[in-house]
Amino acid sequence: MSKLTLKTEGDTHVVVTRRFAAPPEAVYRAHTDPKLIQKWLLGPEGWTMPVCINEARVGGKFRYEWTNGKGGGFHITGEYVELQPYSRIVHIERMHLPDPTPDNHIETRFDVDGTGTLMTMRMTLPDAKTRATMLATGMEHGMEASYVRLEGML
Amino acid sequence: MEIALNLDAAFTALADPTRRAILARLAKGEANVNQLAAPFDITQPAISQHLKVLEDAGLIICRVDGTKRPRRLAKAGIEAMDQWLAILRKALEKNYDRLDHVLAAMERQEKGKTR
Repeated sequence: MSKLTLKTEGDTHVVVTRRFAAPPEAVYRAHTDPKLIQKWLLGPEGWTMPVCINEARVGGKFRYEWTNGKGGGFHITGEYVELQPYSRIVHIERMHLPDPTPDNHIETRFDVDGTGTLMTMRMTLPDAKTRATMLATGMEHGMEASYVRLEGML
Repeated sequence: MEIALNLDAAFTALADPTRRAILARLAKGEANVNQLAAPFDITQPAISQHLKVLEDAGLIICRVDGTKRPRRLAKAGIEAMDQWLAILRKALEKNYDRLDHVLAAMERQEKGKTR
């Protein structure tokens, strides 16, 4: 039931869905409370988020900084556009690598699904090229996870 | 780094609907430029340009057959894309597996409060 789906839609969208056992209120809080975000939004094994600033209000800003503890790191900044507790978040974000990537416009919905939640995250990139680059960059970051797993097996 | 650059090229190549349609056609088997151009209302040079992008990205292969240049899918390139997507999915899944644990801990805490 927890299977994640990841697919591209049209030329500029990426849609991710995931089911959770907890109700929408809890999933929404875990997406907006910095203390909770720091516990899970970490990417590959070994990465941490030492800086997590999150002003969860319309017009509020956020800043997430990640590090791998070996000198590697990057950060994301963004703004909240809409917040409907506990069902919907619309925000804009960009990665700094260190140059900022084009804005990613993201709508996250938390729908009641039985006793749990169906989360649907719909990203809209400015154009097809930007989406291509984002997917490729995400891959690079994700690739580290598989290296780590490989190290663990050897 | 070279892999990452090819990957970028591959995703860029896939970002275009005509190029996706060409790949879908080639998934059914080898085809020459005329056959590939037939369903589209665009010139053959334009199709050739799309084929070049796909070729440079490592997604299709060109074979020389006399005066013809039939194209086919580059199995290795397509499989590499699939693998990368699977890896990204896994990285995301790792985040959400952690979130499952955070949510379970929140629930335990809630129950603790009401007792």
